Amino acid sequence: MADNIGNPMIRMANSAKKGEVVEVRSLIMNPMTTGLTKDKEGKPIPAHFIQTVSVTFDNAKLLDIDWSTAVSANPYLAFKMRAEKSGTLKMVWKDNQNGVWSAESKLTVS
Amino acid sequence: MHLDRRDFLQLLGVAGAASFFAPGAIQASWGSDKDPYTIPDYGNVTLLHMTDSHAQLLPVWWREPDTNIGVGPALNQTPHLCGKWMLDYYQVGKNPRDEYAYSCLDYDTLAHKYGKIGGYAHIAALVKRFRQERGDKVLLLDGGDTWQGSATSLWTNGSDMVGAQNLLGVDDFVGHWEFTFGQDRVEHLVKNELKAAFLAQNVFSNTWQELVFKPYRIHEISGRKIAVIGQAFPFTPIANPAYMIPDWGFGIHTEHMQKMVDEVRQQHQADLVVVLSHNGADVDKKMAAMVKGIDIILGGHTHDIMGPKPFMVNQTLIINTSTNGKILARFDLDVGKGKLKGWRFHYLPVFSNLIKPDAEMAAYIEKVRAPYQAKLSQPLATTASLLYRRDNFNGTFDQLLCDALREEMDCEASFSPGFRWGYCKLPGETITMEDVMGQTAITYPQVTINEYTGEQIKNIMEQVADNIFNPNPYYQQGGDMIRVGNIQYDFNPDEKIYHRISNLRIGGKAVSAGKKYKVAGWASMQKVEGKPVWEIFSHWLQSKKHVEVKKLDLPVLNKDMRNNHGIAFPKEYKL
Amino acid sequence: MKKTIQRRQFLGTSLVAGAAVTLAGGTLLRSGAALADNVAGWPAKAFDAKALDQAMAASVGKSNVPVSPKVKLTAPTIAENGGAVPVTIEIDSPMTADDYVSTVWLFVDHNPTPLASQFDLTPALGAAYFQQRIKMAKTDNVRVIAKTNKGELMASAPREVKVTIGGCGG
Repeated sequence: MADNIGNPMIRMANSAKKGEVVEVRSLIMNPMTTGLTKDKEGKPIPAHFIQTVSVTFDNAKLLDIDWSTAVSANPYLAFKMRAEKSGTLKMVWKDNQNGVWSAESKLTVS
Repeated sequence: MHLDRRDFLQLLGVAGAASFFAPGAIQASWGSDKDPYTIPDYGNVTLLHMTDSHAQLLPVWWREPDTNIGVGPALNQTPHLCGKWMLDYYQVGKNPRDEYAYSCLDYDTLAHKYGKIGGYAHIAALVKRFRQERGDKVLLLDGGDTWQGSATSLWTNGSDMVGAQNLLGVDDFVGHWEFTFGQDRVEHLVKNELKAAFLAQNVFSNTWQELVFKPYRIHEISGRKIAVIGQAFPFTPIANPAYMIPDWGFGIHTEHMQKMVDEVRQQHQADLVVVLSHNGADVDKKMAAMVKGIDIILGGHTHDIMGPKPFMVNQTLIINTSTNGKILARFDLDVGKGKLKGWRFHYLPVFSNLIKPDAEMAAYIEKVRAPYQAKLSQPLATTASLLYRRDNFNGTFDQLLCDALREEMDCEASFSPGFRWGYCKLPGETITMEDVMGQTAITYPQVTINEYTGEQIKNIMEQVADNIFNPNPYYQQGGDMIRVGNIQYDFNPDEKIYHRISNLRIGGKAVSAGKKYKVAGWASMQKVEGKPVWEIFSHWLQSKKHVEVKKLDLPVLNKDMRNNHGIAFPKEYKL
Repeated sequence: MKKTIQRRQFLGTSLVAGAAVTLAGGTLLRSGAALADNVAGWPAKAFDAKALDQAMAASVGKSNVPVSPKVKLTAPTIAENGGAVPVTIEIDSPMTADDYVSTVWLFVDHNPTPLASQFDLTPALGAAYFQQRIKMAKTDNVRVIAKTNKGELMASAPREVKVTIGGCGG
């Protein structure tokens, strides 16, 4: 699994009008295994999943998400935010095996 | 066995014809000189709709079902009407020609009198005529299931049909079985060969949830903006193998449909909003009740007769345009600024012996079939029975297929999918290899033997039944009940899942939940190894030489359904 | 896990004018040692609960919450792949400092652990809209509960997603 993990991406408009609601979409590679399944040799596959996603805008907190193993492999997450000022959106994903990834996207508000 | 050009033209009913009609055809067949395709001019926009041709380039026999039960809100509602119920609802029962077009009644007698339906050369003749009469007011919309259903479409990977669509001048197109050629092939044909726009507002990538195809197209006709929004079959990766289209997700997406309708009206100032849909009739009705602002839904998928009167849900007109090229639907519209001011609807059966086929399309069909002609015309067996597939439960053609699977694979029982395509053969006709392919031509044809427990057999049948008889249309996939060989059961469509089927038997003996049974089947949702079903079926037919269906494995209906308008009694269900 | 992210699309990215694809980040800030260790602040008790009412008690604080038309949950009627069922949550809220949705919970009634996600919102977000993909083992209900900054609880109507064998269509 470890050869295909991480690679976080954000897709969003890079400009918006003040007050406009914009959609932020993101994707990251992670197995999101539950710990309840076994491999071909019958050995249990350990739980390995992203537990938290935190979203900030110019370091101010916007959104914190906690996930269980019910979130699908390679989690996709979209949310909407109101564009109030220009700045940098940052997302940080953390999994239960000490993996931490981040991605950023700049937004210009006019 | 080769057909020469003259034979071929005779097959199409062309020979010697000079006018639009085959000489004497109207008088001889119809007892009237009236041309049923003469339509008075009306309005500023004409929509022509055809759907679910299932790749039948040539005219075929097509019998309407005798059983098409509606449940919940669809009970006794169009299109869940069979036999006289259908004729009465549309008030068309007086003329035997309409009886032939809209019902299963007296099918083989009327078939001999009125001939085969459809055929691309015949459809092309009608389309060309209407384009001549209506000029550039015409849009031709194809509702999908066009690339699959024949030997030649399978063997050319859909190319023969794309060529026919291009020649016909299809403007917009949506899909379902098209996707079973796999996403790479679909992408290739749509990008490089197909002239029509392939539209889908409900297909999204499985990574970024982004639209894969254009959701709609805006046409400018008579100074008006006509928006056509595409709706692919919402359950493609469930009803057909998902591995064919691993990156694409489907679904009905009612909310997104509303968004598209609002977008074309507000951003593009569309004056008319048309949805070209492969939802199926009941899903179209429910969607129309939930989405505001659709003027017309041109429906397909369920192969229903839903005309000659459109069905109205709020302000939305809904039709369904049959299958196998049987019907060409025509809306003549008076489109005002931002508003549909008036309409006339014409539901036109394509009676092949009444129409002089278009020479250009006839030549194209001849050309694409030529390399396969010997294989197609190989005779396998003769039939004493009328062979048909379409019905809620086992049709005669599938009964033969189920019997063949059981005997050839040495199994005590068999399953065959409840597909709704597959044309008919009349008593006395010879079943050829082409006819076998007409029932089996799919890209996942492998036959398998499965060891199922009695419980698994019941679960499979219950789950399939719920895909057809769930009272909520959004849970219906639009096929028919799974076909069975040597499996008997009692059935009540009004029950809930896991309670519709009772008294399940194999070979007349009660099925026990834990016991294993050998069941032959085909069209698996997973990748499997096995011989293609046409090989098994054709081998069995050749060994029989002559076939007759003496008994259908129909369920016993344990609810009195004698007044259900979805059954054309005297269908011989035991009650 | 071998699926590549970039897919050929018929539409390209032209639908969203000025869309930016950000491939930045990707930085593994800590070593990925296979030490299973809950991330600080992750609500383990609610996520570990094995029954819906327990999961609700441990997260929302109660298990009967009135349905409100303000909480909209969209899910397919039939799952194409029980391993990835797309769900969309949208809550009608002004999202101002005085009146906003502060927490949203997503449940799958009979999953081994019913709580699937918890979203903690700030008014600066300005909208309450989420889309993600979740796992469902069998036909089941998906439901959402939202809490406002004033402590008001609102539930979505449960949406039944059917997981079926399919085949036989059309």
